Amino acid sequence: MAAISREEVAHLARLSRLAVTEEELDRFAGQLDVILQSVARVGEVAAEDIPPTSHSVPLTNVYRDDVPQPSLTQDAALSGAPDAYEGRFRVPRILDEED
Amino acid sequence: MSDLTKLSAAALSGMIAKREVSAVEVATAHLDRITAVEERVHAFLHVDREGALAAAKKVDDGEITGPLAGVPIAVKDVVTTKGIPTTAASKILEGWKPPYDATIVERLKAAGMPILGKTNMDEFAMGSSTEYSAYGPTNNPWDLGRIPGGSGGGSAAALAAYEAPLAIGTDTGGSIRQPGAVTGTVGAKPTYGGTSRYGLIAFSSSLDTPGPCARTVEDTALLHAVIAGHDPRDSTSIAQPVPDVVAAARRGLQGDLTGVKLGIVKEFAGDGSEPGVVAAFKESLEALVKLGAEVVEVSCPHFQYALPAYYLIAPSECSSNLARFDGVRYGLRAGDDGQHSLEEVMSLTREAGFGPEVKRRIIIGTYALSSGYYDAYYGQAQKVRTLITRDFEAAFEKVDVLVSPTTPFVAFPFGSRTSDPYQMYLADLFTIPTNLYGGPAISVPCGLSEGLPVGFQIMAPTLADDRMYRVAGALESAVGTFTPPAL
Repeated sequence: MAAISREEVAHLARLSRLAVTEEELDRFAGQLDVILQSVARVGEVAAEDIPPTSHSVPLTNVYRDDVPQPSLTQDAALSGAPDAYEGRFRVPRILDEED
Repeated sequence: MSDLTKLSAAALSGMIAKREVSAVEVATAHLDRITAVEERVHAFLHVDREGALAAAKKVDDGEITGPLAGVPIAVKDVVTTKGIPTTAASKILEGWKPPYDATIVERLKAAGMPILGKTNMDEFAMGSSTEYSAYGPTNNPWDLGRIPGGSGGGSAAALAAYEAPLAIGTDTGGSIRQPGAVTGTVGAKPTYGGTSRYGLIAFSSSLDTPGPCARTVEDTALLHAVIAGHDPRDSTSIAQPVPDVVAAARRGLQGDLTGVKLGIVKEFAGDGSEPGVVAAFKESLEALVKLGAEVVEVSCPHFQYALPAYYLIAPSECSSNLARFDGVRYGLRAGDDGQHSLEEVMSLTREAGFGPEVKRRIIIGTYALSSGYYDAYYGQAQKVRTLITRDFEAAFEKVDVLVSPTTPFVAFPFGSRTSDPYQMYLADLFTIPTNLYGGPAISVPCGLSEGLPVGFQIMAPTLADDRMYRVAGALESAVGTFTPPAL
């Protein structure tokens, strides 16, 4: 596996919505390289014909009758919000100036 | 120290039921102990004195009865508690009060168990030392300069410091068993799906399992019985009866293991375990043979790939689960000054709110799931999971349980492994295979090395949690329990 570069870490951080610092970029690049080289061993064993296991319990859809039930009140759902307005979550602007 | 804090949960519940002591007195004794030692131990992130005393009073008033009614408990801070701050030891959730209880918390309350408070942990349960808590580490009561294990170091330390007789932990790669081992306490990871994950702040959904922590095997089983069982709110919850773990533990404590086959894993030998850990494990194995058990060597050739597979699967699932912390619906919001877009506010919030281990794992997970690498990393890791499951199934055709040390080393000094994350990951070498397979496993104290506790791990087939408790009880009957030096 190719070594992970500082630029690659910066790209992954952007994809992850993490505004990492310059110092973190340097540190993570070295550490992630060691970790990824150590975990690359998983490629040694599993052959084509081995089915993957995503969950130790077989997953099935769980249904209930479509009957309205009590849920969180609007106040409770908004109780931990950093900002709320007229019963809704208030968010910063989504579009940039030029959009 | 009040004698009440030294008693087992089983003894306390008997005294409370007979009205020899009130539940309020028991809760008060533990709250006072917390006040006396917390400055040195730092096992708790939040103590709910009023709530605990109110719950205890309900038991004294006769409103609730049951096997553990009135016995206080500490809950790991990754489990939501209605109206009580729940942070997962992260700055991103500082001060958050959940509007609902986790299913296991509902069950503790229904059983009349006063909740003393929320215990410290590695941030979002990622770590093996509780050094990654955003609120400072917990100190091991055996040696305050050493780690109490992770991620459930707070829960384990609270037990070892006699601040609580029982605690709740969660185990994704060993976070109940490994802290149990290094603090001389008992910790069990139930069968995945045997305990509800509803209300857990998710780290790696296909692995996370809440479970009981205590100072004795019987207490662990009693708590296991309270929290286990089907929950329709968790789609991975298993709709089958819970085996009678309490009866199994008590049977084991009678000290007879005639006809029980213990498997030792050939591939676990020569893994770099400390000599003192190996010696304590071997002595305990001999003690179990004296009780009638037979030891059989088995081969699990793919266990050597468990650690790499885990460190691809867990970060991948964490990178997805932690996407919900975006500064919109709850928790921290940073950079919302009118100058930044929503996307920038999300990035600034996550940068300010997450600590180093969480960021590392989010980035690894994003890498492992990204186009071009998915098949080589995540896809391969899921195949390894199949191979490990087959190893377990083949082994359990020959033996009743598998046994190993819980950790390769005793509690290490603070700071000694944080600079090299992969060295830290080795702490979970023996515990991780079970999480990938889904079966139950328990850590029981089995001796000391350099004056520090060593854990003995017992792994059982899926849904055979009772079998592991029987062997655990027998081990405790043979080697006893271990008491840390006075704080």
